Amino acid sequence: MSEREADVLVLGGGPAGTWAALAAADAGARVVLADKGYCGTSGPTASGGNNLWYVPPDPEARATAVAARFEAGGRLGDRAWMARVVDETYRRVGDLAAWGYPFPSEDGAEVRGSLQGPEYMRRMRRRVHRAGVTILDHHPALRLLVDDRGVAAGASGLARQRDAEPWTVRAAGVVLATGGCAFLSGAFGTNVDTGDGHLMAAELGAELSGMEFSAAYALSPAHGAHTKGLMMQFATYTLGDGTLVDVPDPLGARERIAELLAAGERVFARLDRAPAELREAMRQAQPNYFLPLDKAGIDPFRDRYPVRMVLEGTVRGTGGLRIVGDDCATTVPGLFAAGDVATRELVSGAVSGGGAYNGAWAIASGTFAGRGAARFAAGRGRPHAVPSGGAGPAGGTLDPAAVVAAVQAEVLPLDRNYFRTRDGLRRSLARLDALWRRLSAEGLAGTGRGRLRAREAAALTAHARWAYRAALAREESRGLHRLEDLPLRADLEHRIRVGGLDEPWTVREPPEDPRLAPPPVSRDDAPGALT
Amino acid sequence: MIEIVSRERCIACDKCIEVCPTNVFDRGADGIPVLTRRDDCQTCFMCEAYCPVDALFVDPRSHPLPAPPDERALARDGSLGAYRRQIGWGRGRTPGAKLAVGPALDRSTGPLTS
Repeated sequence: MSEREADVLVLGGGPAGTWAALAAADAGARVVLADKGYCGTSGPTASGGNNLWYVPPDPEARATAVAARFEAGGRLGDRAWMARVVDETYRRVGDLAAWGYPFPSEDGAEVRGSLQGPEYMRRMRRRVHRAGVTILDHHPALRLLVDDRGVAAGASGLARQRDAEPWTVRAAGVVLATGGCAFLSGAFGTNVDTGDGHLMAAELGAELSGMEFSAAYALSPAHGAHTKGLMMQFATYTLGDGTLVDVPDPLGARERIAELLAAGERVFARLDRAPAELREAMRQAQPNYFLPLDKAGIDPFRDRYPVRMVLEGTVRGTGGLRIVGDDCATTVPGLFAAGDVATRELVSGAVSGGGAYNGAWAIASGTFAGRGAARFAAGRGRPHAVPSGGAGPAGGTLDPAAVVAAVQAEVLPLDRNYFRTRDGLRRSLARLDALWRRLSAEGLAGTGRGRLRAREAAALTAHARWAYRAALAREESRGLHRLEDLPLRADLEHRIRVGGLDEPWTVREPPEDPRLAPPPVSRDDAPGALT
Repeated sequence: MIEIVSRERCIACDKCIEVCPTNVFDRGADGIPVLTRRDDCQTCFMCEAYCPVDALFVDPRSHPLPAPPDERALARDGSLGAYRRQIGWGRGRTPGAKLAVGPALDRSTGPLTS
């Protein structure tokens, strides 16, 4: 049993977690960061890459960017939050540059709107280490701790490379940065993202928001799961017999491709719309799109290759823990949320935060949450922490692999999740609710390291139930939520909260919550403010 | 999915064991990593990127191949360590991030809704 104490505990070591750890350490907190995998490689950012919502501080350009994003997001975003996120991202990317991130140059000027995943996260780890943060790799958390008033007070879990030895970190402030949930679909780099943090938070009564916008799918070569959408803007799509698929525009193609795949057609792509002079630059921009194709012997500019759609769930969808303060506070006192575990409706509304917006959100929300947790910790004595108690499934006999397969059968198929119907959602929910009752009654099997798989199975089940319950509560189609025969309705321009484990519930929320403060006017443009 | 840990090249540094985000490897009795939980491999290539001696090969397919590929052929055509080379990691190389000026996403056609 290893036991530690900290001012701030950060769970998750992707971009949001590392920015949170840096911000908390900069505020003077003693910080422990625990990652389920390895801080530096865990999650979709490290294995992929990040475009950023990066807008220099020109008031007019920023106002235009925010207004456009608000409309694109189905008017469910929050313009004050968008402005804060753009501003914070700009300054933190300035830190990255000051720390020596090798940004590319074009016409003599540095281009800072995109980050290469492995390089970005390797450098973030090094920075976190230098800031004096204790990094615990391969330390998945299983439970949050609370004090006797229900305030978050740390976490416990197992060290999976040390014979599943139990660990406990007591902390006066906790940041959840455990990522979204892609339901173990295999989508590039997302298999660590099983919604563990959402489950732990929900066991303390946390609320979620935007969970109906969870049907994010991405195209990948059929033999793998390299869901990198950027290059698909240059694709021509054909059917098995070579017939050209008529698509409205390169990006709108996805819905048409999804229809064909859902109907059982095979669909092929070829990037033949890419101008010849751009092809080498494309390779250098995204080696991890081309390398897998190279290794499979496919020249994507010349050959047709079959594609499939892989679920990315709330990793690229927008749902997650509801945020109720500028410091990324959740509805559980002492618990802050950053990155994909938090709702990204504030910046993305009803559409995917994929790429630029989620990348910016991770940087900004991580910084806000780290500062917020440090401030909270500074005003609180060392808490007397106890495990969060009886909520959620305990050990038992049900096979986690069978539970995962049962959840996947409800959420992976395009004709259940991408193209939703009210009857289909109700039938899926009935099966998922029955599954939850079973795993509550019988418990999940698993000892040692297997306890993690049991938790993941429970987390996937809870996640699917929140997603479909919120989907039933939104009787229209908006953004990522497509409900058969129901178009967008002007009177449904509000967010939907969801929560609960044994008895899930939904309730509506007005957009642009007036309790949240207007954007701060920042005069702090100094790079290296976090050093 | 990970297909090859080259016994010829591996220096038993444990780096892949450490960095694999899904904990696929264990240290073997002789120090060479073994693929204890290969089904958990998510084909993210991070082990290839971090291996200092290009001893690993991750195939792009999400399922195991019927037979492992020919290590010598892969070594000959530069496939071992290809990802590390492409992202410019390793002594004397230029970081790939510095060269990554690719096409922007054309957003004129509306937001991504999937």
